[in-house]
Amino acid sequence: MAHEHKLSIFRGLVTFKNNQQKIWGVLLFLSIVTAIEVGLGIAKPEFLMNTSFLRMKALNWIFIILTLVKAYYIAWDFMHLRDEKASLRRVVVWTPVFLISYLVTLLLFEATYVYEIFNTTFMTWNF
Amino acid sequence: MDTSISTAKDENVWGGGDQQPLRASYGKLMMWFFIVSDALTFSGFLAAYGFSRFKFIETWPIADEVFTHVPFFHGNYPMYYVAFMTFILIMSSVTMVLAVDAGHHMDRKKVTLYMLLTIIGGAIFVGSQAWEWATFIKGDFGALETKGGRILQFVDIETGERVALRDFAIEDSNKTAVYHESSKGIWFLEGDKPSTYSLEEVKAGFIADESVTIITEQIIEGEKNVLSREDAVAKLADAAIVVEGANLIRNEYGSRLFADFFFFITGFHGFHVLSGVAINVIIFFNVLIGTYDRRGHYEMVEKVGLYWHFVDLVWVFVFTFFYLV
Repeated sequence: MAHEHKLSIFRGLVTFKNNQQKIWGVLLFLSIVTAIEVGLGIAKPEFLMNTSFLRMKALNWIFIILTLVKAYYIAWDFMHLRDEKASLRRVVVWTPVFLISYLVTLLLFEATYVYEIFNTTFMTWNF
Repeated sequence: MDTSISTAKDENVWGGGDQQPLRASYGKLMMWFFIVSDALTFSGFLAAYGFSRFKFIETWPIADEVFTHVPFFHGNYPMYYVAFMTFILIMSSVTMVLAVDAGHHMDRKKVTLYMLLTIIGGAIFVGSQAWEWATFIKGDFGALETKGGRILQFVDIETGERVALRDFAIEDSNKTAVYHESSKGIWFLEGDKPSTYSLEEVKAGFIADESVTIITEQIIEGEKNVLSREDAVAKLADAAIVVEGANLIRNEYGSRLFADFFFFITGFHGFHVLSGVAINVIIFFNVLIGTYDRRGHYEMVEKVGLYWHFVDLVWVFVFTFFYLV
């Protein structure tokens, strides 16, 4: 069995000499991203807490985007999706992406609606 | 492309035969199927968490204030321990992928070493999670619950630091209340487990101690709502029971749903890690006795590796949505 690995990450910006080196490189990258997340989570900079985009805090957007970045590198380099056929990659990635965004969108809209009902009607729940 | 079923040369049906769909072997493809379906299960849980959180957006506990403990250290260290756990899991993912890589080179010694390190990493993670659960269940400061199921916590008026029930409750030396144990009276009935301090003791202590006030679950501009001393004394009349720690019914940290989701989601994930460790151990012994050398390839390590990375992947999301956001 031949095991060819694609050794470039960041769209070819960084190319590693062999697979082991790539693994350590990706670990370094993931650790840096996690450190940034935790640092921001502890510091909670004012300006990120106060700016909001699409009704969510900028800080939370940063967390979610960094999480997706981490997920990408775990799936692409640790789970070797980078080396699989493009069709397998698409099947594995787009199916959940579609279903999850659908579910999350519906549920969060519904939850906001329920919250409004709690807040604006005469129902008492905080007693 | 040849459409007839191949009967020529080694007909390895369980390996997907000669024409492998998506150029992946049968086992790997099935592992991917499982991972996709399991990912949908987890996202169902996390989406439900999001639903409940948005529904109670103004009263949801702030994770930084709940998970503040680090083993062997006293004090307030939000997030550090979870960050450590995340790092451990990513690290064990790395040793796993190194094991897979060594397997491609048919290097049994290295596969053995890396599999062992992966197992150790997984065990540390599960242990840490057990510790987190224990700390969460045991609780810290204690709180009162109102008739409506809302949580009232106590802070120092001056500093805003949390105050524990034990710091101000006045113990009643001639307490007469007796709790119904199943060993006494009707054997199939049992009362609630008594809290360390009764409601009356906490109330008496609160009235006597002028330096303590109440914070409610309500979050105003990112901070919990601190009541003035007069409002707090008035609010005290609503209190119904003393809550210490968290379980599936009560939660001293705030919304009960928060505790329920915490147990459910991290529990489900922890169970995945546990089964991952068990599978890793089986594969580890197979490597030791040379099963894969005889088979001629280490694909089994690759398959269990996929599962292990998936568990790591899920944790990345649980970490974000439970602890960070």
